[in-house]
Amino acid sequence: MNKENNHIVPYYVYFVVLGALLLLTAITVLITRVELGALNTAAAMLIATIKGLIVLLYFMHLKFDQKIYAIMVGLVMAVFFAVIVITFFDYLYR
Amino acid sequence: MHRDDEGSKIGMWLFIFTEILLFGGLFIVYAVYRYNHPVAFKLAGEELDWVVGTVNTVILLISSMTIAMSISAIQKKNKKLALQLLYTTVILAVIFLVNKYFEWSLKFEHGFYPSSDVLQELGFGTILFFGLYFFMTGLHAFHIVAGLVFIGFIIYYVHHDRITHNNHQLLENGGLYWHLVDLIWIFLFPLFYLIH
Repeated sequence: MNKENNHIVPYYVYFVVLGALLLLTAITVLITRVELGALNTAAAMLIATIKGLIVLLYFMHLKFDQKIYAIMVGLVMAVFFAVIVITFFDYLYR
Repeated sequence: MHRDDEGSKIGMWLFIFTEILLFGGLFIVYAVYRYNHPVAFKLAGEELDWVVGTVNTVILLISSMTIAMSISAIQKKNKKLALQLLYTTVILAVIFLVNKYFEWSLKFEHGFYPSSDVLQELGFGTILFFGLYFFMTGLHAFHIVAGLVFIGFIIYYVHHDRITHNNHQLLENGGLYWHLVDLIWIFLFPLFYLIH
């Protein structure tokens, strides 16, 4: 029952993860200071998605937990993405 | 006493899924209105202080790290370090809320609040932007307050050895909730403060 809970993440992993997240935050801020037009939004959202994945995998332990959690998160994200696509099909082609 | 850590964790994740879809719905509302009012959203976004937003992002990211580390600490039977890390998380969360308070106060002073006279004159797109800004960051701040209560209980339980190295699922669930709050902010921050 407690087999999965015995995995102890070393402290340094969290320091590295925080460093990566702060670096990505700095990149987002710098990129959006430059005028790139529509690319601004795309770049900011891409980096936010990468940051989100890092949080899910390391902070929320999806990388170390049983695969079922990652699968469930994937399914919820797929549902959310489908709703976005359907909504925009409606708005773009009505 | 019977204990089911795996069941507890699945329950926490199911709750997190409802939260993701709640905020996800709001993000779609934002996306559609931004698509309909691109110029108003661009100009309104420039009213927000990206420095405050960036500072709060850094604060939340560090607080996510400290609560994640507290799990490792309790697993290594280091109760003292675990408590220090949890208290650090609480302090960072309070600083986040204080920043939010000053940020909102400044907006109110400038006449930007729901259905204010200033907003009425600026048109529909600006009203929508600030409506979404106050509702989404407000709902997020409410989640920070709920997280503070959650972590408060966890600190009490760690003090009284009801969360220990072989019984720490509640702490892990608190961590999951806190990371969710962080995750939502990761998307709120660029959408409101940076993109223009």
